[in-house]
Amino acid sequence: MSTTVASLQNPPEPVSGGRSAAIPPTVITAERSWFDWRLKQLWRYRDLIALFVWRDFVSVYKQTILGPAWHIIRPLFTTVIFTVVFGQIAGLSTDGAPKFLFYMVGNVAWTYFASSLDNTAKTFVANAPLFGKVYFHRLVIPVSLVISNLVAFGIQFGILLTVMGIYHFSGQQIHLTMWLLWLPVLLAMLAGYSLGAGIIICAMTARYRDLSYLVTFGIQSLMYVTPVIYPSSTIPEKFQWLIRLNPLTPIFEGFRLALLGVGSVTAAQLGLSFAAMLVLLVAGLLLFTRVERTFMDTV
Amino acid sequence: MASIISVGHLSKTYRLGAIGGGTLQEDFARWWARIRRKPDPSSGIGHDHRTRQTGNVFRALEDVSFEVDEGEVLGVVGRNGAGKSTLLKILSQVTAPTSGRVVMHGRVASLLEVGTGFHPELTGRENVFLNGAILGMTKAEIRSKFDEIVAFSECAAFIDTPVKRYSSGMSVRLAFAVAAHLEPEILIVDEVLAVGDAQFQHKCLGRMSEVSRGGRTVLFVSHNMGAVRRLCKRSVLLDGGRVRSIGPSDDAIAEYLGGATASSALWRRTEPAPASSDICLEEVSLRNSAGELTSAFASTEPVFVTIAAKARVRTRPMQITFRLTNAEGIVVFTSANTDEGHALVALDEGTRQFRVEIPALFLSAGSYHVEVAAHVPRETLFDFVDSIHFSVEDTWAAVRHDLLGVVTPQLTWTAFSGSANVSRHLHPTHGISVGSDAHNR
Repeated sequence: MSTTVASLQNPPEPVSGGRSAAIPPTVITAERSWFDWRLKQLWRYRDLIALFVWRDFVSVYKQTILGPAWHIIRPLFTTVIFTVVFGQIAGLSTDGAPKFLFYMVGNVAWTYFASSLDNTAKTFVANAPLFGKVYFHRLVIPVSLVISNLVAFGIQFGILLTVMGIYHFSGQQIHLTMWLLWLPVLLAMLAGYSLGAGIIICAMTARYRDLSYLVTFGIQSLMYVTPVIYPSSTIPEKFQWLIRLNPLTPIFEGFRLALLGVGSVTAAQLGLSFAAMLVLLVAGLLLFTRVERTFMDTV
Repeated sequence: MASIISVGHLSKTYRLGAIGGGTLQEDFARWWARIRRKPDPSSGIGHDHRTRQTGNVFRALEDVSFEVDEGEVLGVVGRNGAGKSTLLKILSQVTAPTSGRVVMHGRVASLLEVGTGFHPELTGRENVFLNGAILGMTKAEIRSKFDEIVAFSECAAFIDTPVKRYSSGMSVRLAFAVAAHLEPEILIVDEVLAVGDAQFQHKCLGRMSEVSRGGRTVLFVSHNMGAVRRLCKRSVLLDGGRVRSIGPSDDAIAEYLGGATASSALWRRTEPAPASSDICLEEVSLRNSAGELTSAFASTEPVFVTIAAKARVRTRPMQITFRLTNAEGIVVFTSANTDEGHALVALDEGTRQFRVEIPALFLSAGSYHVEVAAHVPRETLFDFVDSIHFSVEDTWAAVRHDLLGVVTPQLTWTAFSGSANVSRHLHPTHGISVGSDAHNR
């Protein structure tokens, strides 16, 4: 408290070992390599990532009346709509799985992908005031967003399991398969895809503002060309290759195969999709690294 | 080698007008035009398609080099637009330079703003952790200093209240408290001290000198010359994006004050006055006691505002007014040519000069905005000029810079001997009791 007085009496203390070996010198230059991703530095910011995740979660429910209940209401409500519109009115096939569960699985997985993609794509624009004032590894934000959404996914997945339990105890057959073991991998792939695509879009919006308007629309359209509300088996044989081109297809088929026992996916398809995800992530990192440094000049 | 920060040939250019590059449609049109070998549709007439690259360039920083020794507190001074903020942004890695190189040894923390990332819905406690982490502290570090931070901020009673319920002063105090407990080897500070009430500012300055005494290296950018003088032995003076001088702070400040003949000190009518107006302002300028145009004044010298007005005809009874507003937007005072006579006056046809003196040792250090009007109050506004700005730097002895108040006039103090009731001297009739007994206890 008595700041000045105390310090006047203390002789200046030189910082001993100030240049600790743990911290390499910070070098700022005009050009930076495409591959200078500084992932080690990102790791040093793990506390900040954790705090952002927690902030996102806490601040959302502090502002609303229903609070975390929204995480429950939204997927249930959307699932009911899907069941009525696509299941009842349009009469789409669900490969024999209970309609409500079929749509719920698709919806929970898609919601995770869509919202983390949407959030990460807006990283620069949404955080411009923050980025303009302080430096921390810029990937902290996209990574924390993908993890925040994981929390929401966890809640929704819990509800899904509860609904499945209700189905089970009311005598309906639930076909869990060994693919359940793959679920963490499938989820990680969704995270990877949303992060990769998100930071690519985010880097491109630095140049093309129009893109940010396209994102929401694009994600919506993407849902219809991904087997989310229909199984890929309903696609006629001659167009099968088309739906297989979509690297998200095996992930969604995998989710349903694991939880409902319906869906067609092979390890090879999943492997290919995984490889595609890695390519996307690397492309994202390259672009993001290029744009990140001078983005603040264009906002 | 003791230099902990070395800045070498740093430059930063901004492309005016070309920022962001526009829309996808525009780029697509440009690309399509190139394919068909047509001129670029987005470039202006008479320009070729390379205009974008070579066109309007703004050099915010040009070939800036300096070294900072370990444990040194280096001041960075210069007028608005001299490149201080750009330099800070580059050193804080908020943006990248166009060319040049900076090497910094050790942990770097920069404070370009107090309270960056504060979330209104979160409590004070939660924001301390969040803000600390944003500034580069780990959770463990924040936890170990939490009590100190709260004590420093004087917000202990409200620490579990959402920050949105805080007064602005409280949130600034909390934010600065977090920042003040950063322990990097290199601290880069912008004019964050310009926030909060003056008492807290004083506390912040105290903390800053404590930090520097602790052997840490500080780069301090400020308009507050008093603070720069006290905290920094050496300062860099930036001017137009270049380093004009590096040396003892006193020299740099003197050079800064001497060289500031800004365009903002003079306004002169460039276009013909509207014929509808009976009277119009011709020229408004700020001068020092030597009669020189300047926009930077020492607090120990008077400021002369000179106004020239030209009447086409003999006017109705009216007045010429000027108003001084400080950086916080507070009107410091308003003064008019009619103040003494208590009545509006009609001006004869022709040009007339006015000179107003703002006395020395009256204005506080800070920046000011001058507005001048020729008008009939609440009726007709003949003319209005609001492009004049100036700053006052505190150059008075050490005891004055801690004074609080919108103005810091030097008043006459008379001492009386004995324990006589002072009010008797002021009011022989005992008519007014000051009523200060309760305060004196």
